[in-house]
Amino acid sequence: MVTNITNLGRSGLSDWLIQRVSAVILALYTVFIVAYLLFNPGLDYVTWSNLFAQTWMRIFSLLAFISLAAHAWVGLWTVTTDYLKSTPVRLAAQVVIILAVFVFLVWGITVLWGA
Amino acid sequence: MLQVSIYRYNPETDSAPYMQEYQLDTQGRDLMVLNVLEMLKAEDTTLAFRRSCREGVCGSDGMNMNGKNGLACITSLSDVVKDNKLVLRPLPGLPVVRDLVVDMGLFYKQYERIQPYLQNDTPAPAIERLQSPEDRDKLDGLYECILCACCSTSCPSFWWNPDKFVGPAGLLQSYRFLADSRDTATRERLAELEDPFSVFRCRGIMNCVAVCPKGLNPTRAIGRIRDMLLANAT
Repeated sequence: MVTNITNLGRSGLSDWLIQRVSAVILALYTVFIVAYLLFNPGLDYVTWSNLFAQTWMRIFSLLAFISLAAHAWVGLWTVTTDYLKSTPVRLAAQVVIILAVFVFLVWGITVLWGA
Repeated sequence: MLQVSIYRYNPETDSAPYMQEYQLDTQGRDLMVLNVLEMLKAEDTTLAFRRSCREGVCGSDGMNMNGKNGLACITSLSDVVKDNKLVLRPLPGLPVVRDLVVDMGLFYKQYERIQPYLQNDTPAPAIERLQSPEDRDKLDGLYECILCACCSTSCPSFWWNPDKFVGPAGLLQSYRFLADSRDTATRERLAELEDPFSVFRCRGIMNCVAVCPKGLNPTRAIGRIRDMLLANAT
């Protein structure tokens, strides 16, 4: 048993499951957005705004944002533990990544629910 | 003439490793790589490598031949030589003791960690613990491992974290005991493996499967361990 405290789920099993479930959600969201853009060629602001005003789209988008945050945390945490061998450098990188993930998540929510 | 390029390093005399070039007349025979090494050692007695059974059973002569890990004794020249050139290096990722001889300490430490022995807390029967033929079949493809380290030393996850990631060889053996109907320590074994490194550092690139000289499939065993962990925790 190897102890870890900066990974998302505190266990490799939960990180692994989060990584896979979030990947599926992100894939669905990406396919939906690309398809929407393809099927609405002359897209204007009102249509785009109306799409994101609907409750189901807000839930779907928030789910995708949270999935992206979790996916990035798990994935980049793994990268830092593979390649950054100096503990101060690795820990600093992990803190920066986790803070950035948090900032982007809150920012995304503000965009979604802002005026 | 076969061109052979061999990784040389003697820490007592060399400041850095270097590649030494040899030429060998194979007289057109399709020799095993180990035969080539022994013929070269007859000329240059300073050349160091491990070997024992010379028939792919002991697992001593694992090395990197033209970029791919394998056992020198059962790898023929026609399998690996390209453009009449053979490049021999020690197994990647482990400290070099001398020339093609590596320090397997970390590899064995990970093997020891998975407790590679049967654990059973029920009273021992008078003669032996029996197993149905079906349960015995579950061990096929697992028990045959000879611990040559070809798989673990071809795995980037093991290169970066040999102290934390058990590696394909250790995990294949771990599953060998998880799958054994006579072993009762399944829960304790799984509890030791659920952290982010021991099992989950495997990214499924299957280098281990590509190099295993015994044709075993550690990636499949690792997938089964993940399934057991998931079944246990959900």
